[in-house]
Amino acid sequence: MEVLDLARIQYAITTIFHFFFVPVSISMIFFVAIFETMYVWKKKKIYLDMSLFWGKIFLLSFAIGVVTGILQEFQFGMNWSEYSRFMGDVFGAPLAVEALLAFFMESTFIGVWMFGRNKLPKWVIALSAWLVALGTTLSALWILAANSFMQEPVGFKVENGKAVLTSFSALITNPQLLVEFPHTIFGALATGGFMIGGISAYNLLKKRNTEFFKKSFNYSMIVACIAGFGIVFSGHSQAQHLMESQPMKMAASEALWNDSGDPAAWTLIGDIDTKNKENKWEVNIPYLLSYLAYSDFNGSVEGMKTLQAKYEKLYGDNVNYIPPVKTVFWSFRIMAGFGGLMVLLSLMGLWFANRGSIVNKKWFLRSMIGAITLPFIANTTGWIMTEIGRQPWTVFGYYTTAQSISPNVSKGQILFSTISFSSAYVILAIIMIMMVARVAKQGPDIILKENVNTKVDLMDKEAFGE
Amino acid sequence: MSLEELWFVLIAVLFVGFFFLEGFDFGVGMSTRLLAKNKHEREQIQATIGPFWDANEVWLITAGGALFAAFPNWYATMFSGYYTLFVILLLVLIARGVGIEYSHHAKSDQGKNLWYWLFFIGSVAAPFLLGMLFTSLVRGMPIDAKMHLYGSFSDFVNVYSLVGGLAVVLLSLVHGLTFIGLRTTGDVRKRAISLLNKVYILLFVGEVIFAVLSYYQTDLFTVRPVATPLLLGLTVLATVLGMLFANKKREGFAFTFSGLAIVFVVSMLFIGLFPRVMISSIDPSFNLTIENAASGHYTLSVMTKVACTLLPFVLGYQIWSYYVFRKRISPKK
Repeated sequence: MEVLDLARIQYAITTIFHFFFVPVSISMIFFVAIFETMYVWKKKKIYLDMSLFWGKIFLLSFAIGVVTGILQEFQFGMNWSEYSRFMGDVFGAPLAVEALLAFFMESTFIGVWMFGRNKLPKWVIALSAWLVALGTTLSALWILAANSFMQEPVGFKVENGKAVLTSFSALITNPQLLVEFPHTIFGALATGGFMIGGISAYNLLKKRNTEFFKKSFNYSMIVACIAGFGIVFSGHSQAQHLMESQPMKMAASEALWNDSGDPAAWTLIGDIDTKNKENKWEVNIPYLLSYLAYSDFNGSVEGMKTLQAKYEKLYGDNVNYIPPVKTVFWSFRIMAGFGGLMVLLSLMGLWFANRGSIVNKKWFLRSMIGAITLPFIANTTGWIMTEIGRQPWTVFGYYTTAQSISPNVSKGQILFSTISFSSAYVILAIIMIMMVARVAKQGPDIILKENVNTKVDLMDKEAFGE
Repeated sequence: MSLEELWFVLIAVLFVGFFFLEGFDFGVGMSTRLLAKNKHEREQIQATIGPFWDANEVWLITAGGALFAAFPNWYATMFSGYYTLFVILLLVLIARGVGIEYSHHAKSDQGKNLWYWLFFIGSVAAPFLLGMLFTSLVRGMPIDAKMHLYGSFSDFVNVYSLVGGLAVVLLSLVHGLTFIGLRTTGDVRKRAISLLNKVYILLFVGEVIFAVLSYYQTDLFTVRPVATPLLLGLTVLATVLGMLFANKKREGFAFTFSGLAIVFVVSMLFIGLFPRVMISSIDPSFNLTIENAASGHYTLSVMTKVACTLLPFVLGYQIWSYYVFRKRISPKK
């Protein structure tokens, strides 16, 4: 394995791991903010308990999100120094704004939300939760602005072999960002919805704190349902946009070697032979690809071979512009399939919850526990499709992954870092799962116990007095 | 002032702010082992930074982001050149962040203990590594004509960088103990002051050795014949005053001066670098400067506008949060 492969593996591992926790944080704090608001409004203690209990899971995931986020930021300079030199002018700006506008807001108001309960009025606590939620969302916006630039470079020119930003507003109105941001945020909200839904289902099955978990379940299904439909619609518009901006990615996600013909059929599954550039067999659904691509039952889609020839003319030959087809193809199917399943489950959950019969639907509650994994897998495969589907480019059409690597980092160094980060992550993941499982099992009692301890006011004398 | 100069100053300010704020965080982390006698004291000490440490660490993230945006070549050369150091630093920061957060959630005493150990180790190792980074930065590193840094072991690990690392650890510990003195009541507060007296003596020795080595190992005294000795002198003066005020139980002043000592040292390093950002030990013409490392004019001006608009708010609510949590923390009953 070469330095480039190792750097790519490390990027994949660290990014996927980081993105396990980011959606949890984004959505959990959103739920917390809702519950804090309800607590201010209805003044019922159950909303405070809900905020504290689900906030605990938020805090667990946020801690890992933060520490792995630093790694994400530093890794560009460490492993991809030539990319950083080429793109720093454009790519660095959103990262810097993210820190300034989003991270400070999140980290400061998390402190206020966590420790300010006995010192500040309820509405300030609720406002703090909303500010944290706003911070996490803004953070996603800026990081996706940076990512969208890699997918679809806009608002820049190349000068002396370097990208130079010419329009900041183009960067933040990037058409790719406008489809990627809502899709990611809806995906995140669904993650929290299914997590709360699944944990609530588990406790409802065990008949523990039924009132608490019924209420939590209702809220989670409302959010999951809205998010589910959001995912589908934003995903559809993203796919259509990609047809124009990154046709190769879409062709690979369909394993479409030759032009589709008009109308285009959608391949449900198939046996892909990347060596001979053909599919041994496939199961097709007529018209569907035309519809997915153009919202119309007519229209043909270009295949990878045609696109390869086009790209060779545009960007030079001797380069394989076809990304790893199988990975992209299956990632897309898993993502879309699980997305659809999530919509279905959240609709059913909403239906049962509304009829008040949820506690009797044991089979459904059991499947909701398993369904906790769905959004995580869908989020991950979504990113795999997005990032692997862009290969061989880091910045589409301008800079390849092979060019991006740090020349002064040795194989030994990168092997060392990959192994140590991965081991740290495996340990963190195990601990995280154990801790969330413990919180989930104990239910809101865990909050009650801790509140008894912290009710004793830890702070009593003025600091600057005496 | 040119935009490049302005951004050099802003990045210096971000690092100064980071070392000032995270400095006492690190010191508090070290104190969970060096000062606390039992788990109640450990929790009391940790509670002093509970609401703040997260935002303090963001100063480092922001400094990194600003470096990337304003000086991509500086960011690329430094982060790839100091590869192994950054790997260890990241592991240490992961351990520390997870340790401090998860110690709240641990159920058993053993579990809590494990998290506290991680928090402690991270709190010692992180300032040490950052100290090594910055001292070797002003000493100069083998950077070639293409701005690539191929360093050997002794470029990163040598007497000067080790002393630099140690000095930052001691500065952080002093700053942290002073912060604990300021933020607690009872026995912990008293013992923090008496431990402080011992650590201060070590710090004096460290500062003197650091100053002497700086004279021989760097060009700080030749490029800044006035500022360097002045700031070193001010550092020592701030240290003396900090110790005096701590012993008079004027912890507010003591904290100001232990913080100023950090501000002076870090400022001295950045002023000594300017207008270079990384010094090449191969050939001065290979130096990275604010000119050849910087982003384009447009990017810098956009970021200047963004920073000027946002900074007042950022500073405003951070100061507000320190005001909200201004009361002293007493031992748990």
